[in-house]
Amino acid sequence: MFSSTGPFAWFKWQALFADWQIFVQGFGYTLVVAISGLALALVIGIIMGISSSSNVNPLKFIARCYVEFFQNTPLLIQVFFLYNGLPFAGIVLSVTTIGIIGVGLYHGAYIAEVVRSGIGSIAKGQLEAAYSQGFTYWQAMTHIILPQAKTIILPPLTNQAVNLIKNTSVLAVISGADIMFTAKSWSSSNIYYGPAYVVAGFLYFILCYPLANLAKRLEDKTNAMPTENKNKKGSGMTKPDLTVGSS
Amino acid sequence: MKELFTIPNALFILAGLKMTLYISVVAIVLSTIFGTILGVLRSLTGGIFRMAAALYIEVVRNIPNLLWIYVIFVVFRLKSIEAGVISFTIFTSAALGEIVRGGLNSVGVGQWEAARSQGLNSIQVLRYVILPQALRNMIPAIVSQFVTVIKDTSFLWSVIAIQELTGKVTILMGRYYKVSQVFALYLILALVYFVINYAISHFSRRLQQKLTY
Repeated sequence: MFSSTGPFAWFKWQALFADWQIFVQGFGYTLVVAISGLALALVIGIIMGISSSSNVNPLKFIARCYVEFFQNTPLLIQVFFLYNGLPFAGIVLSVTTIGIIGVGLYHGAYIAEVVRSGIGSIAKGQLEAAYSQGFTYWQAMTHIILPQAKTIILPPLTNQAVNLIKNTSVLAVISGADIMFTAKSWSSSNIYYGPAYVVAGFLYFILCYPLANLAKRLEDKTNAMPTENKNKKGSGMTKPDLTVGSS
Repeated sequence: MKELFTIPNALFILAGLKMTLYISVVAIVLSTIFGTILGVLRSLTGGIFRMAAALYIEVVRNIPNLLWIYVIFVVFRLKSIEAGVISFTIFTSAALGEIVRGGLNSVGVGQWEAARSQGLNSIQVLRYVILPQALRNMIPAIVSQFVTVIKDTSFLWSVIAIQELTGKVTILMGRYYKVSQVFALYLILALVYFVINYAISHFSRRLQQKLTY
């Protein structure tokens, strides 16, 4: 395997390290798309999450449609539509823009659900108390409810950040200069697949593992909360959905 | 627009749907088996088994599914259904393993002690006491992962040219040039995925309510 003709032969690694800058650029590109996409997803997620918890039916309906549509259709098709479909209508977006909008809209829907279940975990009395003090619905949400729901929201939110980073790899399919595309195009020109994919995997791993681990520790902390604060409907906090795996 | 809605087109898309469902179902069944084993090994055993399961889960789930598809394609040098099924099973087993670990940990230690005190052995405790409770907690995450498998099989067309749903509709798009036709095809494609996945998510919510007592 590591012999001079194997897939992981030393000279192939040497070739890769000679081109290390390309991989660093890919890593930086993935990072930029992930951070911008996460910012967009957070804005959308908080707005949609608050909307779907509200009593205003049209708002609630729009938020539900948004969440169900984006959660139940493939990210790749959304991205294909932006990349291949929109030009038919004369709209051409850069690949970077498509990446940010793509993962932002897609994970915005997941974050909306995280925010919604966080809001649902806070007792109704809190909202009523905020109303009695003259807060509007949005003020009450952003100043009273969401800060309290933070411990419930943070673990699944961190998991969403991990999934978002992994899903930026969709850019490889539309030639987006990210880690995955860099590994793919570099190795298709010289067929040194072994080292290229190992390095790509390693780069994703060092981005995702610390975050995934953080999410797990936060989750264990939430699970360890005193029992009177969870599993009880109507008062205190209720246990949130386990939204660990979804991407 | 009428030229889109022909019987040959419908059959063409249906063949793709069949392929998508076939790959998804096989990958889901295999991943559920391996994922459960991995999760149980990781949270209920010790030593080398626990470490091996933890290593597999953490390494595989923190690397994108798409990379695993490319790896399997390169390793096996084949563009086939098997390559698709294998790559999804590799990734989804790890994702489900993590969910099962979380689910098992969500059942309190007291449940084990209580069940053991009633004379059940470890396997019986797991089978009759722990897993049913853990399953109820895990259902949303598990089903969400199943939906993810169905959605992510759309990668298979771009990477290894398997003509599943996305592949078939993409081929159809190549035969039309009007903006209304192409947009209609995107809408159809999205709707087919939507109907399947929405039905699954809806069913899971019902199931969870039924299991909550």
